[in-house]
Parts: sequence; structure tokens; C-alpha cells
Amino acid sequence: MRVALAALLSHWRRSPLQLAMLLLGLALATALWSGVQAINAEARASYAEAAATLGQDRLARITAQGPIPQETYVDLRRAGWRVSPVIEGRVRIDERRSLRLIGIEPLTLPAPAQQVEFGEGDALLPFLTAPGLIFAAPETLARMEGADLPPLREAQGIPPGTGLIDIGQAQRLLRMEGLVSHLLLDPDAPRPGELPEGLRLVPPDSESDVARLTDSFHLNLTAFGLLSFAVGLFIVHSAIGLAFEQRRPMFRTLRALGVTARTLTGLLLAELVLFALLAGVAGLALGYLVAALLLPDVAATLRGLYGAEVPGTLAFRPGWAAAGLGIALLGTLVSASQSLWRVAHLPLLAPAQPRAWAVASERALLRQAAAAAGLLILAGALLLWGRGVVAAFVLLAALLLGAALLLPVLLAGVLRLAQRAARGPIAQWFWADTRQQLPGLSLALMALLLALAANIGVGTMVSSFRLTFTGWLDQRLAFELYLSAPDQVTADRIADWLEPRAEAVLPIVRAETEVLGQPAQLYGMADHATYRENWPLLAEEPGVWDRLAGGDWALVNEQLARRERLAPGDPIRLPGWEGRIAAIYSDYGNPSAQVILGIDRFFALHPEAERRRYGIRVAPARAEALAEELRAAFDLPDETLIDQASLKGFSLQVFERTFAVTAALNVLTLGVAGLAMFASLMVLSGMRLPQLAPVWAMGLTKARLARLEMLRTLLLASGTLVAALPLGLALAWVLLAVVNVQAFGWRLPMHVFPLDWLTLGALALGAAALAAAVPVRRLARLRPADLLRVFANER
Amino acid sequence: MNARHHAARGRFALAAALAGLFLIPGAPPTAAQGFAGLGATAEGFAVPERGAGLAFPRDHGPHPDYRIEWWYLTSVLTGEDGRDYGIQWTLFRSALAPREGAGWDSPQLWLGHAALTTPDRHFAAERYGRGGIGQAGVVAEPFEAWIDDWRMTGTAPPGADPLSALELSAAGEGFGYALRLAAQGPLVPQGEQGYSVKSAAGQASWYYSQPFYEVEGQLEIEGETIAVTGQAWLDREWSSQPLAADQTGWDWFSLMFDDGARLMGFRLRDGGAGYTSATWIEPDGRPTPMPPGALRVTPLRVAEVAGREIPVDWRLELPARDLDVTVEAMNDAAWMGTSVPYWEGPITISGSHSGRGYLEMTGY
Repeated sequence: MRVALAALLSHWRRSPLQLAMLLLGLALATALWSGVQAINAEARASYAEAAATLGQDRLARITAQGPIPQETYVDLRRAGWRVSPVIEGRVRIDERRSLRLIGIEPLTLPAPAQQVEFGEGDALLPFLTAPGLIFAAPETLARMEGADLPPLREAQGIPPGTGLIDIGQAQRLLRMEGLVSHLLLDPDAPRPGELPEGLRLVPPDSESDVARLTDSFHLNLTAFGLLSFAVGLFIVHSAIGLAFEQRRPMFRTLRALGVTARTLTGLLLAELVLFALLAGVAGLALGYLVAALLLPDVAATLRGLYGAEVPGTLAFRPGWAAAGLGIALLGTLVSASQSLWRVAHLPLLAPAQPRAWAVASERALLRQAAAAAGLLILAGALLLWGRGVVAAFVLLAALLLGAALLLPVLLAGVLRLAQRAARGPIAQWFWADTRQQLPGLSLALMALLLALAANIGVGTMVSSFRLTFTGWLDQRLAFELYLSAPDQVTADRIADWLEPRAEAVLPIVRAETEVLGQPAQLYGMADHATYRENWPLLAEEPGVWDRLAGGDWALVNEQLARRERLAPGDPIRLPGWEGRIAAIYSDYGNPSAQVILGIDRFFALHPEAERRRYGIRVAPARAEALAEELRAAFDLPDETLIDQASLKGFSLQVFERTFAVTAALNVLTLGVAGLAMFASLMVLSGMRLPQLAPVWAMGLTKARLARLEMLRTLLLASGTLVAALPLGLALAWVLLAVVNVQAFGWRLPMHVFPLDWLTLGALALGAAALAAAVPVRRLARLRPADLLRVFANER
Repeated sequence: MNARHHAARGRFALAAALAGLFLIPGAPPTAAQGFAGLGATAEGFAVPERGAGLAFPRDHGPHPDYRIEWWYLTSVLTGEDGRDYGIQWTLFRSALAPREGAGWDSPQLWLGHAALTTPDRHFAAERYGRGGIGQAGVVAEPFEAWIDDWRMTGTAPPGADPLSALELSAAGEGFGYALRLAAQGPLVPQGEQGYSVKSAAGQASWYYSQPFYEVEGQLEIEGETIAVTGQAWLDREWSSQPLAADQTGWDWFSLMFDDGARLMGFRLRDGGAGYTSATWIEPDGRPTPMPPGALRVTPLRVAEVAGREIPVDWRLELPARDLDVTVEAMNDAAWMGTSVPYWEGPITISGSHSGRGYLEMTGY
């Protein structure tokens, strides 16, 4: 057996390139998959940690519309309610940094919420007394370097970007004196009766809103990881297929020498497992690297899009490593199953000559076409009747896989037509030979098709989104200056000061509310031409702005409208208000629900809302000067006043970061597809000597043969490219019109960018040429003796 | 499981921190501090001065410039069912700094203990609260001391001492009580007009009592209501450093004799013989402070409670008053497993005098 194993392994020593290809393919596939998984795991872990902050996953809370007066807390305590106050808010440090503060009252905090060890009183004392003490994760500590905050102290188990502080200090820093955000209820204590009017008991919630909101984002990443993995497996399949084909004679000899089919299969299996583990470990290392490189961008995206805090550094999770190795093993076995089956059923006396894979039989092609049709029909059905993000992704998968399966069928058809149309023996041989090679190359071509289509699709989606987003920003950010005053008094003084100096000064006010059982943001909008002329509406009732100002009509954002199937004219209810929808507006800021009311109605509902933020209209040429005057007159820090251009720049920056990860994965996938192509061509080139030798013998020069080989590769790649274009556009359409709607709640118009396709086409052909270069060069440099030997050798 | 463990650990850590903070501000945790840090130095805080005297109703209220203070009420009761009961209602004040502040800025922290003891059960509960926001506090007149829904409310008519009539309520897991108290005698200053010396080195506190309450009301034990009557004793004490650094705990007795006389006595333990002090109180309230050492206390029986050796039966001798009595715990297991743990429970008196009372033992 050991001899047999040694014989089997000797093959790899003779073809190190093949071994490298196999390991590389597997490692890359594992790397992309596990990299994405690592990012998801890190993000999910931090959501779970955030959800567990103060034991909120295990503690019921008491909330109200808006903040709760501190006296209510004291009244509840004195009525026997074992509650503890919590205040939450964000303090701005400077233009780049802010810190989420959670203010707690450590003396009444229920046990499950206690997560900071105060030591023997030496931390509690400074914690309770001015200037207070902020507990934060080490990473947060580093980020808050130099910030104007109370002293910070390191503590474990606090989510990134969050500081734990005494409630009194928090009220001061957040300017919420006399208010608390919500109350935690001690789970061990009996409830002494009914809650007073206006307060609501919220049961513990193991999953945070953030985790729910970001689900679709992570599903997105997972889908990409899976696609990369699938493409990577094409390489593995090619390399294993080649190795098995080339070892056919060896298998026959071994069998003839008495090695049973079972032993042989077992040995091959062991060999594969060994490779899978080796490549899996390398892939994990690579995946960890990929994840570590991408994570800062992902973290920035999640922060910008969802307000979710994810650390920018990666933790190593053993479960993740095990899963990565598992998927490498599984992938290898799936890729090798066909080859293994063949070895197990190898007829002992059949010719052991490697063939250039099986000749494409009509029947195999028909089967493939039928499977493709089935998948495409499934995709169509999902498009018509599917609901939810998962259905959207299954639709994507069915579409891509169906199209990939269809590709060889289409190419075979085209080649047959070409062959029929060909004149002259060389042309006829060329087409026939290309058809002969198609089955061997089809997997690599499918991989290329998928990568190209993904590239076109995702590229089109991102570019369409960017175009829409930029246009939307232009409309939405209609004010020349945005003011965010440090406190109410200053805000009032500034508003008075601005009145004669600006064309308009409109308050921007918001409050938390609830619509149809989900949390939503409520904004108050002043009746002004700025909004009437600029606010981007998707659907509206006539006279929408007058209706809004009247107070009985509301605007809702597209996300909310799509999720709840709302249309203009529909009734809508908020706590304390009932009315109808006047219009639906587009909103690409974040996926959460938003409602706008006329400002008078808004303040009637939320008299406590602060008027600290204002939009200022002024002649664009005057904006900068006015900002300077304002800063000088009120001694305002820079960050209180932002001009339109900076705000747009910042928003676009968040947008770009959101898709940086997508772009990176896109490029990696294309690279993997190129490798798959290379691997397949290498496989074929080694086996094609018997087919080429007669043609050479009949007088075709090696150089000519090499040129024809190159031409063939480019033709096939071009054919794939042509097929990838409609597929990519279909993919883009599905992403924009189905996946985005399900995942984020907005539907975007599609824009096409033919110039990008040209670039991609050139890139793909270049990659194909590069992949073909090595085998072609090898052909061109063949010694005549090698070709002659084909005739001498026994076949 | 893990989270639960973490939470449990968190609770313990906070309790330890609070215990330390409550009673050992600023002290290194390793130093031998004596019970609950009462031996800590009085840095920045007011210190009792001999001869300054007490003034009422002012001194019923809090003294924020002193480090610690308590309103400590114990009551021995008999139920309509004929059984004996004891209850405790205590509000502690601990100052992080010798000042009062508005809102959360107040450095005053409050701690409530409530307990109910039967011959075979002992219930205890604890509440923490921050000063300054109204969750807990004390007002001298009209008198009210409270933390959460636990209350000691003065019901005396105008002109009378605000402490002469009280309503008292508290509840914890499995127990609760609502009692009305009426004082049958005057307030009794301990030591020299309230200046109570606690060590040979001169540590002292301000200390007065109301040991003459007649009580009636209801107990509630696991849903069952029991009407009770009995006697109660209120202690008021404040200080900044009442114990010497080497004193590790005390054994404190409040004895209410059937003939109407009262005896307050304590022993502060140190490495050696300890320091005893006592006040004999006539049925009409006239106090006679006894010189240090006049009271002799001898443990008679030790019980294992909460993993500790606790002397639950004692012999008390006060030769100057021909007193030689045995006091026995009504329930050995009257352990207060609170963040600062101690033993506190009703006792019965037999020997030269008979009656009932309360015993508090700390530092075991």
C-alpha cells in the first residue's frame, strides 16, 4: 500500500505546477469564503455584545415616547418598582469622532446588567463623583486619545465606540439634565402593579435592531463569498481532473498489480484529504488576511449605514477555522467526486491512454440544457412570486447557475454553425478541434462567465446607485449651510442673529417614534420653497406641500412604504397622531423607516424635541463668508457649521466605503476565474499532443499551431464575454430591482455604462491571453522529437 | 451559563465595591479595617466634639458633613398566633464627601436593610439609593426617612417630638410589615449628653435612642398576614470615625426589661480585652452612663451560622445594678447576608431580670 501511495504521489513531484494549481485554487476558494465568514462573524459578535450591553438581552425595560423625566424614575422606585435608570446618547468629540455614552446608576443596576468591576470601591468613588469616569473597550480608549472627556478607564465587554459612565455625568455631557432614556427592570423583583400612563414595558430582546437591520448586508457578503468559493472550485475541479486523467495508466498498472479498486480509491481519497487540509490551512491564513484587510472598510460601512459599531480588528475564532477547513474538505470532495467515481469504476483492460476528456455527446449537452432551463424557470418563478431577501438571493443563484450551464450548450451551437460555414481544411480542423476541446474547457469558461457577469452586474449596480445617490444628495442637501448648535440657548441666539442675514433659517428637528410596530424616525418639516422645490418625491398626492403644512398629512420614506406596502392617500398612525400619506420620498441614508410631519404638528407631538439644528439658505457666493461671520460672532467650534459641499463629500465618502468591499471581492473573483482558465488550458495542452502531432506532420508549422491555439482561446473567451454581457445586465437588474428592495427597501433606476464593459472586455481577453500564453509558448517551443514521439509511442 | 456566571460575578464585585465604598472610602483594601471600615480616618469630615450636645428636631435629620449615620429600628413582637417575632428597619447614610449636593452630584449614598425573624425563619432585604434625587433620604420635620418604598414616617401631632409617633413599612422577598409606633417615654441621649465614646483612645459618635415604643400592626410572611403587638427601640447615631483602627467589630445589646427599665450595652472587640460601654435607662427615661468596663459580657454558646462561628447566647453582668442575666437568640440563624454581612436578631432575657431585646454582632 505504501508503495502504491508513493507511486500515486510521485505524479505530483513530476508536475509541481499542477500541484501548485490545485493547492492555490483550493486555498483561494477557502480564503474568499472564510474571509467573508470571518467578517460576518466579527460583526455578528459585536452586535451580540452590543445587544448584551447592560444585560438588555435578558432584562425587560420600561420606555416612553421620548425620554422619561427623572422624577418618574424616583416615583416608580418609591412605588416599589425595582428599576434602574439608563441614559443613552452620543457625544461629538470632533469632526471625525464621536462616542456613544451609556449612563448608568450603579447602585440600583440589576445584576445581569452589571458588567464593570469597580474593584474595592476605588473605581466606584471617582465613577460617581465629578468629573466622573468612563469605562470603555481598549480600542475605544485608543480612539478617544486627546478627546475632551472625563477620564477613561479600560474595561472588557463593552462594545466598541461606547463609553459606560455614571448617569449624572452622562446627563451633563449629553445635555439631558433631569431625563433618562429608559429604565431597566430587575428580573428578580415582583412588579407592584400597573405602570403609570405613558410608560411601556418592553420584554427582553436577544437580537438587537442592528442585527436585524444588517442581516441583508451580511447575506450580501455571504453570497459574494459563496460565488468566489464556487469559482475557486472550478480550478480545483480542473486540476484534480487533469491529475486523474494523467494517472490513468498508473491506475491501470496498480490495479493490474493487485491493488483493489477500493484500496486505490481510498488512497486517492486520503491524498485529496491531505491536500484539502494543507490548502485549507493556507486558505484560512489567507482568508484571515483578506478579512483583516477588508474589515476596517466593512466596519466603516456598518457605522455609516446602520450606526452599528464593529471593531476594526479581527478576533480569531476556532469555530470559524474549523468551518473553513470543513468547507475546504467538502469542496475538494465535491470537485473530485466525478473523477473518484471514474477511478472506482475503471475498466481494467480499457485503453489507459489519457483522452482529452470525454467527447461532448449530444445527450450530455441536452441534459445540461434541460438543467439550465429548469434553473432559469425557477429564477423566473422567484422573480414573480418570491418574497424576502433569501428568495432574492436564491433567484440570483438560479439565474447565474442556469446561465452558466447554458453557456457550453450555446458555445457548442455556435461552433457547429461556424464549422458548417468554414471553408478549407485548416479552418474546418480548427472549428472541429475547438468543439472537441469545449467540454474540457467548459468549466473554466463557466467560471469566467460567472466572474464576468458578476463584475458587470455589480459594477452596473454600484454605478447606478452612485448616480442616483449623487443626484439625490444634490436635491436633498439643498441648504447652503447646516448648523448644529451646542445647546438650545446658543441655537436660539444664532437663529435670531441669522434672521436678517440669511434668506431662510429652517429648523431640522427629529424624534423617535413608532410606525406599524417598528421604530422609526420622525422629522418635522417647515413649509418652505426649499423643500417644495427640492425634496425628492417618488409618488405624491396633488398639493402635497399644503397638505403637509396642514398637519393631517405625512410624508413617508420609500423604505417604509415598500416594507408596509403604503401608497399616497393611505392612512397612517403614529403615537398621538392619525392621518394620511401625502407622498413617498426617496431616502438612501439608511434602511430605517422615516416619517415627516409639518413642523407645527411635530412640535405638538414632541414639545421636548430640541431645536438645535438648522438648515440655512443663503446666496451660494455668500455662504462661506456667512459661516465665517457666524463662527466669529458666536465663537463656534468648526464642527457646528457644515457647508453643503463638505456634507456631500462626507456622504459620498460613506457611500464609496460601502462598496469598497464589493469592489475588492469583485476583483478577487475575476482573478480566481483567470486562474481557473489557466488551469484548464494547462490541463488540455498536455493532453493535446496526440491531436496536434498529425496536423504538424501534415505541414502546419509549430508557430502557426501556436497562433491558432491562442486564437482559439481568445475566441472562446470572447464568446463567453458576449454571453456574460446580457447575464451581467440581468444580474444588475435583479440586484437593483429585487435584492435592493428586499434588503434595503429602495428601488434604484438602472443606468448602463458601456465604457466599463469595454474595459472589462479588454481585461478579460487579456487575462485569457495571459492564461493561454504559457501553454502556447510550451507548444511553440516543442522539439520536433516530442511530436514525432507521438507516432512512435504505443497508444 | 457563562453570562449568568458573569452576572453573578458582577453582582459580587459590585457588592464588594459598595461595601468598601459604603464604609471604607479611600482606604487601601488590604489594610485591616475593622468592621465595615468604621475605623477609617475622618479626613475632611466633621468629628463629634464633647459637650456640643444634641438638639431636636434638628438632629433627627441627616448630618451630611459626617461620614456615616443611621436610623436603626428594631422591634420584638408577639403575634395573634402567640408566636414571637422580630423586625429590623435600618437606613444607613454614607458620604463620599462631607457635603450635600443637588441631584446626582450629591455625594450621599443610602443603604436600607429590612429583616423579619421568626423562631425558625429569617428574611432579609437590602436597598441601595443615591442621595440628591429623592430616591432615598431623611427629613427631620415633619419626620420622614425613606428608601424606595420603605418608609419611616412621623405621625406625631405638631409640638410633639417628631419621632414620638411613627409609621413604619418595608417589604422584601417573602416578607413585609406595616407597623404603628407610639413612644411611651422620652428620647434618651447615650454617653455624655449623646457623646458616646467608642474606644480607650477616644473615638466617639453622636448617639441617642428612643427605647420606649409600643408597637402594633401587621406582618406579612409569604402571603399570610399576622397581627402583632410589641415594643421597639430606635437608635440614632452618626460619626466619621467611631472605631479605633484596631477594633474589629462589636456585640451590641438593647435590652427591654419587663419592669420598664432599659439597658444599652456594647462591647467593641480588639486584639485584647475589648472595650465595653453601657447606659442604664430608668423606666421614666433617666439615663445613667456606666463607666467603661462596668458591663461584663461572656459568650455562652457558639452556633455555626453562614459558615462562621457566632456566639448566640451570652451572659451579661452589670454588678452596679445587680444585673446577671442570660440572653438567648430567638433564632440562631438571624444572619444578615447583605453586602456588609452581620448578625442581627431578637433575644430573650432570663436571670436576675427578664424581658426581650435585640442583639447585633458584627465583624465575625
